[in-house]
Amino acid sequence: MPADTLSETSMTAPTPLAAVNDFVVKFANVNGSGSASANGLFAKAIIRMGVPVAARNIFPSNIQGLPTWYEVRVSEAGHLGRRGGVDLAVPLNPQTWDDDVREIVPGGYLFYDSTKPMPADKFREDVHVVGVPLTAICNAAYTLPRERQLFKNIAYVGALSHLIGIEPAVVETALAEEFASKPKLIGANIRAFNLGRDWAAENLSPLGLRLRRADAVGDRIFVEGNNAAALGAVYGGATVCAWYPITPSTSLAEAFTGYCEDLRTDPDGGGRYAIVQAEDEIASIGIVVGAGWNGARAFTCTSGPGISLMNEFIGLSYFAEIPAVIFDVQRGGPSTGMPTRTQQSDLLIAAYASHGDTKHVLLLPADPGECFEMGAQAFDLADRLQTTVFVMLDLDIGMQEWLVAPFKWDDERRIDRGKVMAAADLESGMAFGRYTDVDGDGICYRTYPGSHASRGAYFTRGTSRNRLAGYSERGVDYQDNMQRLLAKFATAARLVPGPVSRPARQPTKTGAIYFGSTTPAMHEALEMLEADGRHLDAMRVRGFPFSQEVYDFIRAHDQVFVVEQNRDAQLRTLIVTEGDIDPAKLVPVLHYDGAPITARFLIEAIGGRMAVTQTVRTVRTDASSRVNP
Amino acid sequence: MTYILKPKLHHPALPTNALGLTRRDYEGRVSTLCAGCGHDSISAAIIAACFELEIEPHRLAKMSGIGCSSKTPDYFLGQSHGFNTVHGRMPSVLTGANLANRDLIYLGVSGDGDSASIGLGQFAHSVRRGVNMCYIVENNGVYGLTKGQFSATSDKGSKSKRGVENTESGIDLVALALQLGATYVGRSFSGDKEQLVPLIKGGLSHHGPAILDVISPCVAFNNHAGSTKSFDYVREHNEAVNRLDVILGRAPITATYAPGEIHEVAQHDGSVLRLRKLHEAYDPTDRIAAANYLQERHALGEIVTGLLFVDPDATDLHDRLGTVAAPLNSLEGFALTPGAAALERINAGLR
Repeated sequence: MPADTLSETSMTAPTPLAAVNDFVVKFANVNGSGSASANGLFAKAIIRMGVPVAARNIFPSNIQGLPTWYEVRVSEAGHLGRRGGVDLAVPLNPQTWDDDVREIVPGGYLFYDSTKPMPADKFREDVHVVGVPLTAICNAAYTLPRERQLFKNIAYVGALSHLIGIEPAVVETALAEEFASKPKLIGANIRAFNLGRDWAAENLSPLGLRLRRADAVGDRIFVEGNNAAALGAVYGGATVCAWYPITPSTSLAEAFTGYCEDLRTDPDGGGRYAIVQAEDEIASIGIVVGAGWNGARAFTCTSGPGISLMNEFIGLSYFAEIPAVIFDVQRGGPSTGMPTRTQQSDLLIAAYASHGDTKHVLLLPADPGECFEMGAQAFDLADRLQTTVFVMLDLDIGMQEWLVAPFKWDDERRIDRGKVMAAADLESGMAFGRYTDVDGDGICYRTYPGSHASRGAYFTRGTSRNRLAGYSERGVDYQDNMQRLLAKFATAARLVPGPVSRPARQPTKTGAIYFGSTTPAMHEALEMLEADGRHLDAMRVRGFPFSQEVYDFIRAHDQVFVVEQNRDAQLRTLIVTEGDIDPAKLVPVLHYDGAPITARFLIEAIGGRMAVTQTVRTVRTDASSRVNP
Repeated sequence: MTYILKPKLHHPALPTNALGLTRRDYEGRVSTLCAGCGHDSISAAIIAACFELEIEPHRLAKMSGIGCSSKTPDYFLGQSHGFNTVHGRMPSVLTGANLANRDLIYLGVSGDGDSASIGLGQFAHSVRRGVNMCYIVENNGVYGLTKGQFSATSDKGSKSKRGVENTESGIDLVALALQLGATYVGRSFSGDKEQLVPLIKGGLSHHGPAILDVISPCVAFNNHAGSTKSFDYVREHNEAVNRLDVILGRAPITATYAPGEIHEVAQHDGSVLRLRKLHEAYDPTDRIAAANYLQERHALGEIVTGLLFVDPDATDLHDRLGTVAAPLNSLEGFALTPGAAALERINAGLR
């Protein structure tokens, strides 16, 4: 049955959605069918029209066959978090059709392949249906099965271009760039694009969702956080990378490899870097600790299961005071548990990793721009503090492309190696005591092996040692060392990136604390709440240990929402524990179904409460989010 | 706990090496191991080897895991940086240290629990990765600090001090190392200093992964009748295939063994390994033959010792990765940080 017929007969449908440069499109595809490049082309074309886009690839742990989605948030206003709800659904995967159709907001649009008739109960009356016989069009135009499949993807982009107003010229330019090395494919793809576009132009009217050329992108770049963090590691002077493949962190090591090949190779081919794919995460962090001990900047990248395995070494780094950097791209739990979905659920395991009394430094980037900055800064901090520094990404930041300000670097900036006694210092007679706090900041001087023939050598161990690194099992030596490590942690609170405040326009005693990938959805929610007369002071934390500003912010408010993407309110636990804060003051707002948090969830969760004690999102069979008291 | 600094006084006539250092300058702190422990003999052999090789102590880094054997790096080379890492993970830490500075000598000291049980994976992967190191396993077949449990190198049928028979197969680290691509493989006995010192010297000067399995009886828990790692058992079953001298462009160090047939192996760096053959047919440059020979002799209950395999053209991890000659920890400025202009080009590619 032709879809447009069905659309015309949907007399009960509400007014079709009408919006310019502000809507959500969601594609549903089959993993491995070649849809990713077509969807990427769709997003890129919109950016090239000067309209900001956030694109999220929601994919399974699978190579071929399982469902995959691509959600595109179009927002000239620059709201690049997930909004929640779908305005235009493009469900091209029969496996997930019912769920995909359910997600469409009333008045929204359903674009589908109308080649084969569908029963009427597969549609919704409050949704406007647009059918394009994609399979029929491509079967008529191509004979090879692979071509029929691949070009069908480009054909739906062509049809959509007519329906929502993508300029064909930007698509042609983007295709020319993408296939610059295979010019034959440029014409073939443009032909497929036009197959879809021409059919739609002849048979369908444009939708109420429209794109209009704007100038809201500026000089921003479109980049994944893992890529940005890897580049940050290059600029931060990392020379040793040891890693073990794990979704969603693998692309960080691969990007580092690519950047090093381009940027750190001598004319004779020698590499100013060493990258080892280790046998597991334990070896990865062991290699990092060995390299850090020996004066090279080293990192590993992993996800939660890797952090679990690395715990013993992270403790050794803490007690033996060895610089190490770990990029943790957070995902769901162990084994097969949601490895391709996003979470902020490693905060506690990272902050308190390992046995014994340990605490670690965390950096909390909000987007790929901060992944670059903090990726570089982490190495200075690790050297200055002589300990492990975590950079806490998540899948949403790490593996999705974000539109962010271009990376910047100051050529005057120098690598800060912290307190290292070189041969000349030792030769001049400076007293060396490896664990002696001469400056009162808890940080002691170290030496690199091989520096001096007769001075500065020491034996590195865990905790059984005195201030001069001599073996000691005396309680007084142990306690002395543990107290100094606390002093060092207090120093760390002054060195990590401070929080970013976003004060309300009117005085309020209600606050909100958030971090990381929650940021864009949170900002959108705050704007909407404000427009509705609900005012909150907001603070984005960017580092752990928390600076005094964070505790002062909490004390200045009667009630503070703590927004995070995990079940157990881990950030809230850290604040309560480390700041001795009354838990009753901190209201958890939790989102942890594996999909990135949405602005609409936050508006409902924060705006709709004010006196509830806990707010969680329950996964429902329908599309919208619900708040449970 | 006793922790005694060793007095630095020594006899004025003590011989010095070319660096003007005496053997005493290669010592460390007083050992806290049991009197008569085989590990202390290995420490003494390491001291002798470094003295004879004229190694500047600060140019060697000594790494270990956890266990009796892993405590020993504190008892030799007091002027070297040392690192007592975590149990079974010394190989990865050594690998990282080596990547950071390829100019130092890396001596890994481990035990049979540390390398064959908890650390078997790291042992294997550091060997197959080709890390340039001298890796000594002080192998006593038993956990000492936890009072006498079997380790993974205990032979099947060997008896514990309480008379319990080990029912699990023993792991032969030498056989494993051969399979995994180690380019210098030897086995020795802590009680045979004349064999052990040259083997360590060869391992320290080898360019690649050098694995030495040194049977080192535990006098407290594994030196009784029925044990296959006791002094008596090892002496009775020791079958040495060769005796080694290491020549580093200087006069050969004289061994006290009667000369047999000499087999010289010139290594890539110019050093010469001079092997006095004790078994006519044994060719230490043939990896497959070495592996077969080990298996045959093992079946007969013999412990084959000597330099079992050496690849004179060995390469290491740095060669395979293609890293620059300068130590990575010495790089600064634009050698590390590509600068703002390069970043602008990257930005342009992301629009």
